[in-house]
Amino acid sequence: MSARMSDRPLEPAGLLAEVASSGCGGTVLFVGTVRSSPEDGGVAGIEYSAYPEMAEREFDRIVEEARERWPMARIALRHRLGYVPAGEASIAIAVAAPHRAEAYDASRYVIEETKKRVPVWKKEQLASGRSRWVEPARA
Amino acid sequence: MKVRLRLFAWYAEAFGREEIPLELAEGASVADCLAAIRTEPAAARLPPSPLVAVNLRYARLETALREGDEVALIPPIAGG
Repeated sequence: MSARMSDRPLEPAGLLAEVASSGCGGTVLFVGTVRSSPEDGGVAGIEYSAYPEMAEREFDRIVEEARERWPMARIALRHRLGYVPAGEASIAIAVAAPHRAEAYDASRYVIEETKKRVPVWKKEQLASGRSRWVEPARA
Repeated sequence: MKVRLRLFAWYAEAFGREEIPLELAEGASVADCLAAIRTEPAAARLPPSPLVAVNLRYARLETALREGDEVALIPPIAGG
């Protein structure tokens, strides 16, 4: 089981390669990117921190649940930790399945559960130089 | 019995540390961990019923603890 948290820039193309299979006709790639949020005064980047041991376990559980519901889906994901500049990816999830319906559904499930359950937190580094923790209502 | 309480994000900032070793009575629960730190001024930053985890799994305030358990107070999640 490969570790899913990384402090390096994510490589979505690599995730696509991980899930590729001749039996899969549909592949969905979700990439979450740090927004510059000009409406909030401008975000230079986000510092991601986590409870890493538990985050890996929650990712394991989420992927296992997705496999129970969509048994033919192949799933790979990476979440970035540390400072992520605006415009760069913080999470990437690749799902391949025989047909697109399962790929879309499993992909949606994984990102929604990640945002509810995986112990990760965000501290925005604002263009002004200030920083502030992100409350879930705005996540 | 000894348990290890872990803090993260703004909880860790409020308490000025990421880990608090605790000595609790046998049969103590997660709620007893919270009671043990409620005397610190930083505890005012905690909600009345924070999200908690024991040994890398979500748990409840009533969850009973054993020697060596790792308890975590989980601030509202903001990841992905």
